[in-house]
Amino acid sequence: MPAKAAGAAPPQYVITAENLTKTYGDVTAVDGISFSVSAGESFGLLGPNGAGKSTTMKMIGGVAQRTSGSLTIMGLDPEQHGPEVRAHLGVVPQQDNLDEELKVRDNLLVYGRYFGLPMSYLRPKADELLEFAQLTDKAKSKVDALSGGMKRRLTIARSLINEPRILLLDEPTTGLDPQARHILWDRLFRLKEQGVTLILTTHYMDEAEQLCDRLIVVDKGRIMAEGSPASLIREYSTREVLELRFGSERNASIAAELEGIGERLETLPDRVLIYTNDGEGALEEVSGRGLRPLTSLVRRSSLEDVFLRLTGRSLVD
Amino acid sequence: MTVLTQGHSVTEEARNRRFGPLYSRNARAVIGRGLMATKSSNWMVMLSGFFEPVLFLLSMGVGMGAVVGSVQGPGGQEISYAAYIAPALLAVSAMNGAAYDSTWNVFFKMNFAKLYQGMLYTSLGPLDVAMGEIFLALLRGLLYATGFTAVMGLMGLITTPWALLMVPASVLIAFGFASFGMGITSFMKTFQQMDWINFIMLPMFLFSATFYPLSVYPEYIQWLIQAMPLWHGVELLREINSATFTSATAIHIGYYVVMIVLGLMLTTGRLRSLFLK
Repeated sequence: MPAKAAGAAPPQYVITAENLTKTYGDVTAVDGISFSVSAGESFGLLGPNGAGKSTTMKMIGGVAQRTSGSLTIMGLDPEQHGPEVRAHLGVVPQQDNLDEELKVRDNLLVYGRYFGLPMSYLRPKADELLEFAQLTDKAKSKVDALSGGMKRRLTIARSLINEPRILLLDEPTTGLDPQARHILWDRLFRLKEQGVTLILTTHYMDEAEQLCDRLIVVDKGRIMAEGSPASLIREYSTREVLELRFGSERNASIAAELEGIGERLETLPDRVLIYTNDGEGALEEVSGRGLRPLTSLVRRSSLEDVFLRLTGRSLVD
Repeated sequence: MTVLTQGHSVTEEARNRRFGPLYSRNARAVIGRGLMATKSSNWMVMLSGFFEPVLFLLSMGVGMGAVVGSVQGPGGQEISYAAYIAPALLAVSAMNGAAYDSTWNVFFKMNFAKLYQGMLYTSLGPLDVAMGEIFLALLRGLLYATGFTAVMGLMGLITTPWALLMVPASVLIAFGFASFGMGITSFMKTFQQMDWINFIMLPMFLFSATFYPLSVYPEYIQWLIQAMPLWHGVELLREINSATFTSATAIHIGYYVVMIVLGLMLTTGRLRSLFLK
């Protein structure tokens, strides 16, 4: 950004939200959340459907107006300076909204024109982005001939056409099969390595763990916890988890007999979770008490466990 | 891999443009998109919109005209029935072209293709989108009007060079319907509601003194017809085609100017409340 380097010092944070609130009638979608994001950071909003993640994203993009609180993007209020703020953003919405009447490459060119960019810049840029999205051989295809994963990658390529400072990704891999998700994560990780500021909403804990430097756990419009994935797991969970299944009828009744094993016990309809720093040891204790689970599994704690601890509910329901 | 996200000064320049809260002076990007999309589709719809009034002119003007004979034109002169209804059909064609683009087309893009949502996540503002779409509707109106005027000329229904003014006047009519149509469409949520638009446009086409003079109606119906926009378009074009300019001509033009201003205010306000919730 040589053009502006001599001017005022860049803001310390690219996004600052304070007491951000959004109500739709009687429903409070976002309930007084505060956070800030530094340049180059990869920041996540983790929470179940309906937690207020998408609404927060819309307010950042200036396409939803907040009810109260303050919000600045690159030092600007998105409500007062919508087009100007969005010139700095790349947006990947939850539902693909590619232009079905245009071919794949034309989607990129036309989208770039919306930002007021000249064709001399856009033509090579579109080819570069198609390569990044692994869609070079689809350049002349119609959009509806693409698979779900390809459409998602095209949407991400499109969001990069204006070289955004901040990339907003709303549930980027929802609805994709595992292979397509891994390809997408790889592409997003490359962007992160290049220093793009990523703002990501997800209800997949593995996605949050892979991509986010720091995240907030959101539920019912409020922030439940904030930190890096590792620090959240350290703070709210044990090192390991022992998952036991006794059959859906018996999980609840057997939980009483498991009291005292590990640090904490969580009974779900389909399984019992024992939080402990030594999973194998806990399993031996279970056998020692004469209990025979149908299946048992020792695994590392994940953000899913953090969410369960904070809210008493699972992320994906 | 190349660096994807920095380094081109041109993106920085684009960010340093002057922006308004609702307008980024870039309606031409929306127009460019429309032209590019038209290249690949829409051809049949566009052609049918042109032929519809031509077919009406042939069947009603030539066919019915043989029975009706000559009628009295705006200046009191005797003219053929075809010459009487041709300017009215041109007004209808301008209305239909503009209305199709600004109602059905906009309805689809708004509710199904999610096109405007995509546009408004860029540095476009709602006013850029509205102006771009309305311009496209006008372009279509201009094409229809030029084509139909040419057909009129070939059929010998044009007798004065003033008649060329029918083309810009048709664009004025199209502008009125396009700006209003887009605003009204923004209230529509279902296909059933969209049918109401046809429910208004078809009677307006049939009864706006298109095929016979207003004087056949009782006075209170005359007032109703005169309140409708199409009647003013029909009369305006009829007066131009016979080079009969009166104070009424100014009223017809004024009607459309007011309609355009109100329509643009409605459309921009609606787009803002729909997309900047």
